[in-house]
Amino acid sequence: MLTRRSLLFTAAFALLCHCTQSSPTTNEGISGRANKGKLTIKGSDTMVILGQRWAEAYAKVDTLAVVQVNGGGTGTGIAALINGSTDICQASRSMSDKEREELLAKRGVPAVETTVALDALAVFVNDKNPLQEISLPALARLYTGEVSDWQQVGGPTHGVVLYGRENSSGTHGYFKERVLGGKDFAASTQTLAGTSAVANAVNGDEFGIGYGGIAYLEGIRALRIRKDDASPAVAPSLASVQDGSYPVGRFLYFYTAGDPSSDIKRFIDWVQGPDGQKVIGDVGYYPLPKGRRL
Amino acid sequence: MTATAPTITPQSPDPHASLRRKPRLGERLTELALRTVALTSIAAIVLILAFIAREALPVFAGGTVGESGTSFDLLASERLADGTEQFLWRPVSQPPTYNIVPLVVGSLKVTLVALFIAAPLGIAAAIYVSELAGKKQRELIKPTIELLAGVPSVVIGFFALIVLTTWVQQVFGTEHRLNALTAGIGLALAVCPVIFTISEDALQAVPHTYRTAALALGSDRVQMIVRVVVPAALPGILASLVLGFGRAIGETMIVLLASGNAAIVSGSVGVSTRTITATIAQELGEVVVGSDHYHVLFALGTVLFASTFVLNFAGERVIHGLRKKLGTA
Repeated sequence: MLTRRSLLFTAAFALLCHCTQSSPTTNEGISGRANKGKLTIKGSDTMVILGQRWAEAYAKVDTLAVVQVNGGGTGTGIAALINGSTDICQASRSMSDKEREELLAKRGVPAVETTVALDALAVFVNDKNPLQEISLPALARLYTGEVSDWQQVGGPTHGVVLYGRENSSGTHGYFKERVLGGKDFAASTQTLAGTSAVANAVNGDEFGIGYGGIAYLEGIRALRIRKDDASPAVAPSLASVQDGSYPVGRFLYFYTAGDPSSDIKRFIDWVQGPDGQKVIGDVGYYPLPKGRRL
Repeated sequence: MTATAPTITPQSPDPHASLRRKPRLGERLTELALRTVALTSIAAIVLILAFIAREALPVFAGGTVGESGTSFDLLASERLADGTEQFLWRPVSQPPTYNIVPLVVGSLKVTLVALFIAAPLGIAAAIYVSELAGKKQRELIKPTIELLAGVPSVVIGFFALIVLTTWVQQVFGTEHRLNALTAGIGLALAVCPVIFTISEDALQAVPHTYRTAALALGSDRVQMIVRVVVPAALPGILASLVLGFGRAIGETMIVLLASGNAAIVSGSVGVSTRTITATIAQELGEVVVGSDHYHVLFALGTVLFASTFVLNFAGERVIHGLRKKLGTA
């Protein structure tokens, strides 16, 4: 039961909360920057840690800038970019034509793409799994549910447990496009939020298989990948991704709505510069090859 | 919701007539303000319902999927090449299939597992605390269980994901590491305090005279509890189960983290499941507003809302009838 005094306290508290909340949110705008003096980044869960490290390091260079980083998945980030609630969208896949058209229709500006890092899409299994390599067609057969036993792709005799990402994930989109050739994932694929959740699941599941960014290999092992059954198996590494011999290497992107404003541009330039590229290696991804830097 | 003691019938038409006076302006204003607040919350619920229903309308009112011209069929099965029928939830496929059977099965499966664990625990704990425990024990146990209701579901979900999964798979040898059983156990942690609190209130509301009468007629304590107190509190206990069901089927974070979210139709609790709530949470963030997928997700929300509403309503009727029969209304 609420006494009269506690009611009074509640009312006073509610009033106080209301007052403190209302003032700083007033300068938000839809067009241009989402918030002045603050730079917001949203999107790929694969890149969320990378984005945070960039933000921390950049704060030391430009003490006035506040960079705020959010995850949620590439799809979520692109939706936010279209709705104007983020300045930069981090993406682990390139934007589709449909998404570009939507941005143009809604904001009146084209999507501007900047490549910021390289990633190897790692296909990983539990340390106890004797399998060392897999070809892309075999991987597609596993994930579409065509085959369901490790033995059929050269592993132990046991059912495969498939782990993947939810469909707002750019990694999900990339994998579906690049590996499955646009076909559907098997219904038994478990969809988890974030590559770290997938990595954690495979770490605890002797017969699990998962995929995700190369920076998440704790207690699990990345398989060597063959492009097709005839080509050699290549392990993900800086060299193999940079020279393109690793079949599922990919770029990681920043997207802005229209040309970035001067302080966003400064941040992006810094990310592409030597200091920003150094952070990438520390997180576990690969810096851009010299030719791709602007 | 809880069983109440029989009310005393008033002797005169208005026993407080002598205390009546014309309310002061301040009182009237306060009353008005409180009434407005109460009405606002009702209006909010009605508006939310109206919004969800409006967004789901194209699915139920004969809308068509994309440009194909075929109407939405949330229950249609698909015949595979090998002749087996399959229910598929594939919203981002080309063409998409929106079949809600795996999601409904998933939600019910996880909820039933949770109730199966939480109901005996919650009710037994309520009986112990209300009827058998001493004052000191009662003061320790009751707040501790109720504290569990305050644990954020994301924390329980994380616990289920990191700790329970390994344990469950080792003990029960489940096929998948993340499965309905793990999610159900996590969910039981959230549901148990709901069932406990309401059942305990119901037991406390049984008039003391029932107990003394039972003891006076020569029954021992166990007989008193089993034959008199629990039956008298039954409407309240059933109400706790109904509310527990509603809490379990609407819970999102625990099942999202611990169930693996694979849309498989299976009777086994050892395989991964995808629930209605987790599907909405995972997919609503990236759908294009106004697309088929968007409308179907709102239709899912409507199904969820309608099922809890119908259950609450039916539960309320049953409980009301029981109370009348027991004379505790």
